[in-house]
Amino acid sequence: MSAHELKTGPLEYRTQEGRMSILGFWIFLGAEVVLFATLFATYAVLFGRTADAPHPGELFEIKTTLIMTFLLLTSSFTCGIAIHEMRRGSLKGLMTWLIITLLLGLGFLGFEIYEFMHYAHEGATLQSSAFWSGFFVLAGTHGLHVTVGTGWAILLLIQLSRRGLTNVTNRKVFIISLYWHFLDVVWIFIFTGIYLIGMVI
Amino acid sequence: MNITDILVTGEPLIYGAMVSIVLVSTAAIFLLTYFKRWGWLWREWLTTVDHKKIGIMYILSALAMLFRGGMDALMMRIQLAFPGLNFLDAQHYDEIFTTHGTVMIIFMAMPFLIGLMNIIVPLQIGARDFAFPFVNAVSFWSFFFGAMLFNISFVIGGSPDAGWTSYTPLAGAAMSPGPGQNFYLMGLQLSGIGTLATGVNLMVTILKMRAPGMKLFHMPIFTWSTLVTCFIIVFAFPILTVALALMTIDRIFGSQFFTLTGEGLPMMWANLFWMWGHPEVYIVILPAFGIFSEVIATFARKRLFGYHAMVWSMIIIALLSFLVWVHHFFTMGAGAFVNSVFSVSTMLIAVPTGVKIFNWLATLYKSKIEFTVANLWALAFIPSFVIGGVTGVMLGMAAADFQFHNSYFLIAHFHYVLIAGTVFACFAGLVFWYPKIFGHKLNERIGKWSFWLFLIGFHVCFFPQYFLGLDGMPRRIFITRIEEWLPLNVISTVGAFGMGLGFAVFVFNIYYSYRYSEREKTGDPWNGRTLEWATPTPIPFYNFATIPHVDGIDYYLPMKEKGETTYDESKLEPIHMPSNSGQPIIMMAFFAFASFALVFEWIPLAIAGLIGGFIMMGVRSFDYDEGYHVEVDEIKRIERSARGL
Ligand code: HEM
Ligand SMILES: [Cu+2]
Repeated sequence: MSAHELKTGPLEYRTQEGRMSILGFWIFLGAEVVLFATLFATYAVLFGRTADAPHPGELFEIKTTLIMTFLLLTSSFTCGIAIHEMRRGSLKGLMTWLIITLLLGLGFLGFEIYEFMHYAHEGATLQSSAFWSGFFVLAGTHGLHVTVGTGWAILLLIQLSRRGLTNVTNRKVFIISLYWHFLDVVWIFIFTGIYLIGMVI
Repeated sequence: MNITDILVTGEPLIYGAMVSIVLVSTAAIFLLTYFKRWGWLWREWLTTVDHKKIGIMYILSALAMLFRGGMDALMMRIQLAFPGLNFLDAQHYDEIFTTHGTVMIIFMAMPFLIGLMNIIVPLQIGARDFAFPFVNAVSFWSFFFGAMLFNISFVIGGSPDAGWTSYTPLAGAAMSPGPGQNFYLMGLQLSGIGTLATGVNLMVTILKMRAPGMKLFHMPIFTWSTLVTCFIIVFAFPILTVALALMTIDRIFGSQFFTLTGEGLPMMWANLFWMWGHPEVYIVILPAFGIFSEVIATFARKRLFGYHAMVWSMIIIALLSFLVWVHHFFTMGAGAFVNSVFSVSTMLIAVPTGVKIFNWLATLYKSKIEFTVANLWALAFIPSFVIGGVTGVMLGMAAADFQFHNSYFLIAHFHYVLIAGTVFACFAGLVFWYPKIFGHKLNERIGKWSFWLFLIGFHVCFFPQYFLGLDGMPRRIFITRIEEWLPLNVISTVGAFGMGLGFAVFVFNIYYSYRYSEREKTGDPWNGRTLEWATPTPIPFYNFATIPHVDGIDYYLPMKEKGETTYDESKLEPIHMPSNSGQPIIMMAFFAFASFALVFEWIPLAIAGLIGGFIMMGVRSFDYDEGYHVEVDEIKRIERSARGL
């Protein structure tokens, strides 16, 4: 759609396709907000319904969750730098920071898997009670999103290395950055809404 | 595992279904091979990303589903009119009302409307395609495979039998073991993904691809209704996604969301389901309002009265639709305060709806009404829908609902709104836009026959049910050997067959008109008011050779006056179009395979299917096909022949 192409502004916004994809992704994120809100509501309703399984206060510990929070928040920051590098037109900077983001995401996932296994070991599983079902599905959905995000980032890195910075690759990277920041925001809610509250009540 | 565990056996009706499925599929395969049409099918349809063709496939599938849901309805009606016959046993009746309700709402009403939106909305706003044509194809195939998955349940594995609302604990693993309920969960999940994607897609299309100059308040009312509907879709469907997923995890992986054993809450399902379910009924009614508005304005030859009020009332209805869900379970013990709040919010919806009714009447007032078939459907809608609406308000009174709840009064109410609203709108819209889509009108005489048969059948079928309900006949029962209920049930069944006949005549009309109707030349058979009528017929695949500059509503009228068309040779430029792709159907086939495996809880196979689907998504990510350009010479050739220049 050459007619709609702009000469200035960030690459990802220059074509109409780019602008439409980004708007479409924002709307999709609206749907994701509803998805997580529903899971949070479910979790809240089931709070305390632990049956014979341990209470959250017995299992949640501040150390792992703080590390996880640190990893994910940092990754959001590095993702921001990646976009900054992209805007500066530095492919190398973009790829470097994207890889760092990816590694931080993987670190987060590693801790999450460790944490889930630990809880299961202590007798809190998906099956053990309504509360724990709510917990594992909410945290797990977030974890699944992070997993998808890392897979997606790997695909984009390959494309970047092959094609460099174009309207299309920039748009794709910009969209994944929106996704990544969104996951970060959701995590903040999980951290406070699940872990902190679970620890004090 | 052996084959009898998978196939459903022991029921003559089901054997009949199996035989007919095998016969129809063999016939289709034979015909396609005999006439060497496989390549054509693949190139022209299965891989298409053209919004018009996708729309046609939606509508064809929806008509097939209307047939299936209608057969279910007739079987239920036979059983209820002749309880002594034992035509259906209890189990079979349960399965049939479940599949009837689900098929009608999820696989008939919504896809039919989405099909019309697919075809008409880009044309109405002067766009050449959807914002994301590839995604549009993905959406269609996810709906299609979801519908197929749900439909094969009655020969493979067994149908769900917990009602289209699938309340827990009844629908849980303990009380509904086996694959039936899983079919419901996976079929809805798969098609729901497509619906959500369509919602996003259409929103972006409408917000970003309008013809230059077209402001939001210049948009045709059907496009407005689509935009508002998509807003509901985007905010309601994720709730369904979660609800279905939670129940799936409960059933297959043993979590405890809805089971009392692990302190779960069965009532939570009812809440989640209706937080989606009530907005859902507006997803199928608002586009219907849009269609009626177009049809009435066209055949009253007047501008739609109160255009702005129409738009705002739709927006208000959309917002309110999220705030009333509890009226579906007033009787489940939430307490007087909660019930009162939701009772009042329910009644509020009547206000904007009333505004719309008055606007339609005011449009018709003092106009020269043309009684075409499309308009007959629209005119019949008004009083019929009012009956449904008024009884809806009665149901919305929490205290009174203790009397009506789960009785035939409710059945009559929602069929009055769903059929008089949505189904009439589907017919009205199809008849109205038919010449644009297929290049010839439907025969008006036969159309009137089908209209009157269906309309009279409809009232004969459902009006008596209000009284059955007041007499205490509950819904979802298969034995009605209570003498007082029998006469009205017989009348109701007669009406149902009238509707069946009306539908058959409608389908016959499609065949008849295809053979004998005069071909359309102008592209504007009804003297239309909006841009979709401005293209030639058949519509070129790029829709508009040149896109007009719009300033005002009903913009095609001034265009016609000024002698402007959508073909201005001096302004031609190459047109960018997306390429066809086989990826959407393959991608969704993988996910459908995974869903099928999950239905039978074959986890390794399900994982394999999921991996296949994700690989296809990766393939798509690496696909940099940017489409192609239609050159000016080609456009000239197409337009000249289409316009007979
Ligand atoms: C074509 C004429 C139709 C007839 C004769 C018909 C008849 C029936 C009957 C007999 C029932 C079962 C009542 C019971 O025993 O509980 C039923 C239920 C239902 N129908 Fe229809 N119906 C028709 C069309 C439709 C349409 C067009 C829709 C939706 C767009 C629809 C949606 C439903 C729903 C949601 C249920 C409730 C199912 C459940 O209880 O789970 N029906 N219908
Ligand atoms: Cu409702």
